[in-house]
Amino acid sequence: MYDAPLRKTDVEAQTTKIAARDVQVYYGDTHAIKDVSVDLLDKTVTSFIGPSGCGKSTFLRCLNRMNDTIDICRVEGLISLDGQDIYEKRVDPVQLRAKVGMVFQKPNPFPKSIYDNVAYGPKIHGMARNKAELDEIVEKALRRGAIWDEVKDRLDAPGTGLSGGQQQRLCIARAVATEPEVLLMDEPCSALDPIATAQVEELIDELREQYSVVIVTHSMQQAARVSQKTAFFHLGNLVEYGETSQIFTNPTDPRTESYITGRIG
Amino acid sequence: MPVTWLVFIVLALALAGFVAGRVRIDSAAGAGRPHSLPNYYGWNIAIKVMVPAFLVLICWLIVQPFVVNGAVTARLGDNAVPDGSTIGLVMSDVRRVAEGLDAAVSQGLMGADQASDLRTEFTNVRDRLAEAGVALGSNVTPQVLGAAQTWRALNANGMLLMSVAVTALALAGLVWGYVQTTPDFRARNTVENALRIMLLAAASLAILTTIGIVFSLIGNTIKFFSLYPASEFFGSFTWSPSFGGGSELGIWPLLWGTLYISVIALTVAVPIGLFAAVYLSEYAGPRMRAWAKPMLEVLAGIPTIVYGLFALLTVGPLLLSVFGRDGLGWMQAGTAVMTAGLVMGIMLIPFVSSLSDDIINAVPQSLRDGSYGLGATKSETIKQVILPAALPGIVGAILLAASRAIGETMIVVLGAGAAARLSLNPFDAMTTVTAKIVSQLTGDADFASPEALVAFALGMTLFVMTLGLNVFALYIVRKYREQYE
Ligand SMILES: Nc1ncnc2c1ncn2[C@@H]1O[C@H](COP(=O)(O)OP(=O)(O)OP(=O)(O)O)[C@@H](O)[C@H]1O
Ligand SMILES: [Mg+2]
Repeated sequence: MYDAPLRKTDVEAQTTKIAARDVQVYYGDTHAIKDVSVDLLDKTVTSFIGPSGCGKSTFLRCLNRMNDTIDICRVEGLISLDGQDIYEKRVDPVQLRAKVGMVFQKPNPFPKSIYDNVAYGPKIHGMARNKAELDEIVEKALRRGAIWDEVKDRLDAPGTGLSGGQQQRLCIARAVATEPEVLLMDEPCSALDPIATAQVEELIDELREQYSVVIVTHSMQQAARVSQKTAFFHLGNLVEYGETSQIFTNPTDPRTESYITGRIG
Repeated sequence: MPVTWLVFIVLALALAGFVAGRVRIDSAAGAGRPHSLPNYYGWNIAIKVMVPAFLVLICWLIVQPFVVNGAVTARLGDNAVPDGSTIGLVMSDVRRVAEGLDAAVSQGLMGADQASDLRTEFTNVRDRLAEAGVALGSNVTPQVLGAAQTWRALNANGMLLMSVAVTALALAGLVWGYVQTTPDFRARNTVENALRIMLLAAASLAILTTIGIVFSLIGNTIKFFSLYPASEFFGSFTWSPSFGGGSELGIWPLLWGTLYISVIALTVAVPIGLFAAVYLSEYAGPRMRAWAKPMLEVLAGIPTIVYGLFALLTVGPLLLSVFGRDGLGWMQAGTAVMTAGLVMGIMLIPFVSSLSDDIINAVPQSLRDGSYGLGATKSETIKQVILPAALPGIVGAILLAASRAIGETMIVVLGAGAAARLSLNPFDAMTTVTAKIVSQLTGDADFASPEALVAFALGMTLFVMTLGLNVFALYIVRKYREQYE
């Protein structure tokens, strides 16, 4: 029924990159995430699936403290990156976000040129010593974002002038340019055609060699193709978390089964 | 009173038409669903009753005085004008007598017939009108009294005609709309159209007024340049009006003062206003914001004369104590370019901050998220993402503030002194275009002399300058607007 995973799920005994314990998230009085505990592994692609509004984006944003920018949002519980509690007072969210990059659900290019969009992160973090190095970083990032061929002749054009799908890939390129250790991607392929989707999936697979990737998706096929681990969210609860192959072929929870066979959601 | 009554009559007809339209369409509903909701049929009639009737009413009220004035003037003829007077002066006597008669009649001191039969031979009109509270400068001549009586008669006839015309028009509109009220009639579209035209009319009126202002300036400016050479006005570096004639009216000293003070004001207002805006929109918590933003805006509500007093009584003496003879010795008196510039800068702070704050808030949150998500700090995000995105709007705000600074008058009158001079020292007294417009027009000068008319040329120059600034501001804002959705 579903496409077979691209490769055997060869998840060996891997180290935990991000660990969450009993995480609760409230928006004012709304309880958006309830008791979520999960271990996200290093050098692994994890996909978050679940019906719309179940809290996938909310939980994703907890992992790099993006929820700090929402006044009414409150996060409880413990989330640690490499064993270090990221909500501890001493932790600088700015440093954290440099390590845990994010691609947002809606493409949000800066009103700057395509080049400056990608160069933004590397410049801030002083990753290039000179212009040539920066050029190299930008080109590499745009190539990984599968958009280089389309924009190489107009790097000075505003990023906001690109099509929706191109903007999405530009944002992916912008996020990988800073070389984060963990990349959080919120529906990165929602506006992409099958060719670009395949390219982005290739990128995700490539990133897995070095980093840990978390991807939110509404496409079961995509989750099955790119991820080794899958987490199913429902109404703010983490219902089931396990090997992708196991979730899709042999789910333990009846809600998971209903969702992946298309009965809820 | 009759005009008020007329308005009520038209309104009552409109209401009746509205109700009649609804009732008619409701009772016709048997023949299938009407094209529009019942209220639209009602509005269609009400609009047809009100709009033409009120338009005619307004036009009539505007035109009638001119017509009556013309007719009475023609009837008076030249022989009614005594030596050393003009027809205009006589006509203003006529109007005054006519008003006096009106007042006397309405106070019951005279019957209506008596007022129109009054003769100077038998009655001391001046005394009678004084009883009614209308004081006349001289005795009333027979011609003037006669003309005043004609005036009243014509006016009364006009009012009567107007009442008839307006009522008839309203009734005609009612009948027209009522006949239209059938289920097939597209009342909704008609009302939509009517609304569009009304909105258009309001917009055009605003624009026409602006054009009218410009033309009234242009007329007098041309008159000035026919009396005084433009090459002198724009070429001379001296401003020394003397009402005896032979004055030099060069604009440069005034323009220099205006620009100097504006630059100082903007140097104060732009950084402070901008920083305040950034703090309010990016750093302040909601409670701080709710408290501080209105506080800042209170500054914008202070009348400029109060700022002027502040300059004169507080800032001037303060500066004088530091830079004056007892201090550094650069300053002669409290009124100086610096005084006015500083106070004007304070006045402009809320202007810049409030506009910029709105503009910064309009930058989408997703851009901030994008920047924070890449590991940027708050100030990096502000400097590299938010301010560039908001820049066109901020430039627009600054240019608007600049045009306020150029047009500001009271602070300059009180704070900058009155001497027109070209000097580089910011502690010298100088004056501006606006301040001189005031002083040229409030003097005793003959209104037809170049010394008074120069005010219009100055006003025109200011108008062109601020217009240019505003157009430039709009251009900047437009050009960069599409940068974020
Ligand atoms: N900024 C916010 N303020 C208040 N409530 C919010 C906010 N963001 C999300 N929520 C609420 O939190 C819940 C989870 O939202 P979230 O965006 O995480 O859903 P999602 O799983 O990502 O859905 P989708 O698949 O549609 O993107 C929703 O009920 C939503 O209404
Ligand atoms: Mg989402």
